[in-house]
Amino acid sequence: MTAPFSWIRPEPWGIHIVPADAWVDPARAVPRALVTHGHADHARGGHGITIATPETLAIMKLRYATAEGAQPVAYGETVSIGGGVTATYLPAGHVLGSSQILFEHAGERVVITGDYKRVPDPTCAPFQVTPCDIFITEATFGLPVFTHPPIGEEIGKLLDARAENPDACVLVGAYALGKAQRVIAELRATGHTDTIWLHGAMEAMCRLYEEHGVALGDLKLVSDATKDDMRGHIVIAPPSALNDRWSRRLPDPITAMASGWMRVRARARQRGVELPLVISDHADWNELTRTIREVNPQETWITHGREQALLRWCELSQRRARALALVGYEDEDD
Amino acid sequence: MEEFAALLDALVYTTSRNRKLALIAAYLRAAPDPDRGWAMAGLTEGLDFPAVKSATIRNLMLERVDPALWAMSRDFVGDTAETASLLWPEPENAAPQPPLSLAEVVERLSALTRATAPRELPGLFDRMDAKGRYALIKLATGGMRVGISARLAKVAFAQGFDVTVEEVEEYWHALTPPYTALFQWAADGGPPPDLAGVPRFRPFMLAHPLEETQVDLKDYAAEWKWDGIRVQLVRTTDTEGRAETRVYSRSGDDISATFPELLDVLPMDAVLDGELLVRGSAQGGEANDTTQGGAASFNALQQRLGRKTVSGKMLKEYPAFVRLYDVLLLDGTDWREQPWKSRRATLEALLPRLPASHFDLSLLVEAEDFAALAAIRDTARDEAIEGLMLKHRDSPYVAGRKVALWYKWKRDPLLIDCVVMYAQRGSGKRSSFHSDFTFGCWDGDPDAGAELLPVGKAYTGFTDAELKLLDKFVRQNTVGRFGPVREVKRELVFEVAFDSVHTSKRHKSGLAMRFPRIHRIRWDKPAHEADRIEGLRALIKD
Repeated sequence: MTAPFSWIRPEPWGIHIVPADAWVDPARAVPRALVTHGHADHARGGHGITIATPETLAIMKLRYATAEGAQPVAYGETVSIGGGVTATYLPAGHVLGSSQILFEHAGERVVITGDYKRVPDPTCAPFQVTPCDIFITEATFGLPVFTHPPIGEEIGKLLDARAENPDACVLVGAYALGKAQRVIAELRATGHTDTIWLHGAMEAMCRLYEEHGVALGDLKLVSDATKDDMRGHIVIAPPSALNDRWSRRLPDPITAMASGWMRVRARARQRGVELPLVISDHADWNELTRTIREVNPQETWITHGREQALLRWCELSQRRARALALVGYEDEDD
Repeated sequence: MEEFAALLDALVYTTSRNRKLALIAAYLRAAPDPDRGWAMAGLTEGLDFPAVKSATIRNLMLERVDPALWAMSRDFVGDTAETASLLWPEPENAAPQPPLSLAEVVERLSALTRATAPRELPGLFDRMDAKGRYALIKLATGGMRVGISARLAKVAFAQGFDVTVEEVEEYWHALTPPYTALFQWAADGGPPPDLAGVPRFRPFMLAHPLEETQVDLKDYAAEWKWDGIRVQLVRTTDTEGRAETRVYSRSGDDISATFPELLDVLPMDAVLDGELLVRGSAQGGEANDTTQGGAASFNALQQRLGRKTVSGKMLKEYPAFVRLYDVLLLDGTDWREQPWKSRRATLEALLPRLPASHFDLSLLVEAEDFAALAAIRDTARDEAIEGLMLKHRDSPYVAGRKVALWYKWKRDPLLIDCVVMYAQRGSGKRSSFHSDFTFGCWDGDPDAGAELLPVGKAYTGFTDAELKLLDKFVRQNTVGRFGPVREVKRELVFEVAFDSVHTSKRHKSGLAMRFPRIHRIRWDKPAHEADRIEGLRALIKD
């Protein structure tokens, strides 16, 4: 008889589902990968077979220009991956197409969350609490100082800054996949119908979101605009472009950044951010701890982030937990 | 309080000096009295609430938050006030209370004692959001760190109310927070503040570094640059015949309370410029020398600095006196327009009227020519003094640094090669970089198994580009972790510059450096070639 849960094994470059010889979000190319979502640190190119939601596969196709071995799985669908293991893809609420994966083998249930959040997001399906024995969670914002305010407040700050500076533009740094579209969708939800100007790197992903039914309104490219076109408007660019030469073409930009890290002043100052917007697609401390309580697993494994603090919380609340030393997951820009 | 918290927050995220000025000016115009006066005082660190220390805040938090989670959070955020503001457990379903004004907050903070602070602060925290708590804690513990110097605040004030910064400077030091008379004058068109009878600060005359310049000693007089703190002593008698003396530091801060022994020893109204020292034998002779009493090293003076109250024991063990450089006003006459040689003669004539217990004269250094003076300067280290001052004999006493009037000619720093042992992440802007370094010297022959003993700590002297490289070095060479401190491989050598070295019981090496800074990073030098403790010990001049 094999030891309980010996069929699932964390390795430095990913989680190995041993009987199926498949890997979850591996950091290097493998014959068979199960991918939770399209962010580059989780979805890498070059796998033989990639099992993911159709949205994630579309994002990967856009990024790696290859769709070989793509094997789509819809939310709620259970697939057999061999060795007596089944995988069920469930929404994680992180970005379009993001999923948790529930593995079942020999009566044992393991959920791998990938990245997730619990607050509503108009661009993706909401996280689903799924009972399991082992809950493998992220901990990007796993420190009690991280509590993300309601997004309405942050969008309000952005609109105020725009209104107060009719001769300038507000340049928002946002992850090209997920964050940018969420910020746009939330702006639209407040009735903001103006043109939103995009950095070229955003265009294709915004189009992909629209093709998947997320309406983003009037979007135009900065490269097609004059400075005067953009005065009094909102411009969205990847964080790396904020203090890059690229931004010189903008009219006196006020530099904003939409990220959970903006909760900490030093982080905002390091990046030269004048208008920090605490908007994150990851669970904050309260969401992480609430989720562990609701899922109520026998054991919690923590993949990446501030794992020591979440481990401490588990210890204080008398829950079994361990931190996995996985490499290559980083979210400096979220 | 909300408006002040918002101002502070905006200042944190603003790097442009002009935008900072505009933000402060706009706040000062809009805020009511006396809030804006308290805000000015808070921004320029002009407020002090001795009952609230960083440790008070930490202890409050440790009663509410798990110590391990607190430590991890504090380490990540890099600032106690900010961490506490974010981690404070907000009351659930609390009845809404009217917002507190800044003046009310200041009033409550002033009323706190060490005993009541832990009881009263939670009630204040509960009435604010994270931003408000951050502002409150920064206000209470000092150290705003938003890059607002007193000078910048004065310029903002001048801009906000369209008055000159010189006027603001002149009135500022004569008034106390919340500067009501200053706002009445500038904002409400009232009369200028009445300064009669107030011992007010006059801007200091400062010196340029000499560098490559050579001067003719016929035109310039030389005197020692003593290693104490520059002070201005001001005595004024008001219309009712009450005399008051104040001691001002170089930045114009009133430090009278720190040096009570100087407040009752000036027998006439005067404004005098000098170096504050404590008695000893390291600087300028023996303590009982009648021509010029000796002074202790800066190390001894440091025991007296920054204290709000002074014990009798302190006064006895470290008695302060002033070594006089210059006279600005005396017996109702303003000497500032007069040439240095006349002021010097006046000062020399004045000395016999002053009690020798608390005053002496900074003697001139006589030398035949510049080369001879240079030779004398080279011996300056033995006297544990900072170097030489060169003053043009015809120079008037003018505010600030004017070219070719006064020069400072500091001795060269001492240098020693040390090995980096530990690194710690910085605070604020540097919170993601390892920027604070502890370094050591060998306690013997490194090839014969000698160990490194820490001799100092420094976090300045390198460029931003070098900081990145150092941070990378630390991350790649970490061999141990102790909370926020990383121990690194004993590989990298710093050439450390410092002003002097003293014995110290606080360090294992028994040594403490004064003003150590990283002079050069010796990427090229093998660690075993770094200096030994004996070499450093030989430089002690206590």
